[in-house]
Amino acid sequence: MDSLRVLVVDDEPGIRMAVERALRAFVVKVPDFGKEFGLAIEQAASGEDALETIRKAPPDILLLDYKMPGISGLDLMDRLNTDGVDVVTIVITAYASLETAVAATKRGAFDFLAKPFAPDELKSVMFKAAKHIVVQREAKRLAEERKHVRFELLSVVAHEMKAPTAAIENYLRMMQDRVLGEDVTAYDHPIARAIIRLEGMRKLVNDLLDITRIESGRKTRTVVDLDVREVATACIVNARELGLARNITIDLTAGAPVPMKADRGEIELILNNLLSNAVKYNRDAGRVDVGVQAGDGAVVLTIADTGIGMAPADCARLFGEFVRIKNDKTRLIEGSGLGLSIVQRLAHLYGGEATVASTPDVGTTFTVTLPIGA
Amino acid sequence: MAGKTILMVDDDVDFLEATALRLRADGFDVLTAEGQVKGEEVLSAGTPFDLAVLDLMMENPDSGFVLGHHVRRKRPGTPVLLVTGVTGETGLEFDAATAEERRWVPADAVLPKPIRYDQLKAEIDRLLG
Repeated sequence: MDSLRVLVVDDEPGIRMAVERALRAFVVKVPDFGKEFGLAIEQAASGEDALETIRKAPPDILLLDYKMPGISGLDLMDRLNTDGVDVVTIVITAYASLETAVAATKRGAFDFLAKPFAPDELKSVMFKAAKHIVVQREAKRLAEERKHVRFELLSVVAHEMKAPTAAIENYLRMMQDRVLGEDVTAYDHPIARAIIRLEGMRKLVNDLLDITRIESGRKTRTVVDLDVREVATACIVNARELGLARNITIDLTAGAPVPMKADRGEIELILNNLLSNAVKYNRDAGRVDVGVQAGDGAVVLTIADTGIGMAPADCARLFGEFVRIKNDKTRLIEGSGLGLSIVQRLAHLYGGEATVASTPDVGTTFTVTLPIGA
Repeated sequence: MAGKTILMVDDDVDFLEATALRLRADGFDVLTAEGQVKGEEVLSAGTPFDLAVLDLMMENPDSGFVLGHHVRRKRPGTPVLLVTGVTGETGLEFDAATAEERRWVPADAVLPKPIRYDQLKAEIDRLLG
């Protein structure tokens, strides 16, 4: 069991002893965070003594008498504030005046204990202080974790940008040095490849912005009554353009309107990502079948393609960030590796889930289940 | 240098293609392999080459390292250039500047990625010279 260090500062030995007795065997339980603490009690008979102890090793909780000869409770708090010592301070006072409370609160007192106090009152204040400490530590831990995650993401993004920039630079320098002669048509292929890599980078930047918006929670969500069938119809019109060059047909199966409360942009993002994948990873003259169904308290979107498919092991890791399935069939297909991660995050936002089923060389079906009214 | 054959292994098809084009324009013969597996195939086939340029991170973070060892074993004496985008912050920094380093790094030179063609060409000329 962890323990919290408590320093009792009072010029009356009777109070110090009483506190020590009351708290010696006390276990503070903070069930919300699954934490339990014992208390290690130390005593100081004056402000001077306390200052010395605190400077050596600051306690977690300070039980501080307001009125003492020499350095008073308020003086001590001032000095601790100057030194930047972070300690949860509970002020013990016999004069429960407003003036006292204001002065102590200004100096950052966490709570008050009026003399004389019963052991239960003391314990209840200690519980509050312990809970405060747990919450503070938890917040600090989360902030550290977030910093770490952000750093990881930044280095992955930097790495993801390196390869395409190097490829494009190579092609451009090759043209600059006229490696293939003066005839510009000789450079058709390098130019086409450079454009493809640039498009890939543009998609990466857009996907990153989408992910950042979802993650930060700052994106203003406009949840309205909409018809998912109608949204899908609009998305399919755009996707057909993508499929045109490779003669890929896209059809929608949805009998009736499918009403749902949702943010239109988010539903479009889900559909556009899945439709663009279904086209990209399809075979020439392939098919994409889109289903929009309402049933069982959820809207179910299915996007089935007749494409290259993938192995079960690949399916398992597909929704992770920057996951790209690399093989002979995918080597010339550009992607940021973020699209499906975006789809899954959005599905989770609705309390739903995105799943995949696939057979190599037959096709892949994505299913997104979005509970209604979540 | 003309007439010398270079094996280039990289998982970035565009890096591979652009570099191969330039090397060919400079009179080299170039064998390209997209990734570690393809690289191993070239080695197994026994096609001769005079120098290998290997990307470090391909299918695996140490693909180029493993390939380098295989080049050393199957074609002893053939110079190996390891090209890597790995930087210091990953803790995976190494070089082949000293004899001590070359005892465990299967390369005659380690070059940072992205690399400019003229830098790469200068290293190739040095190692084949």
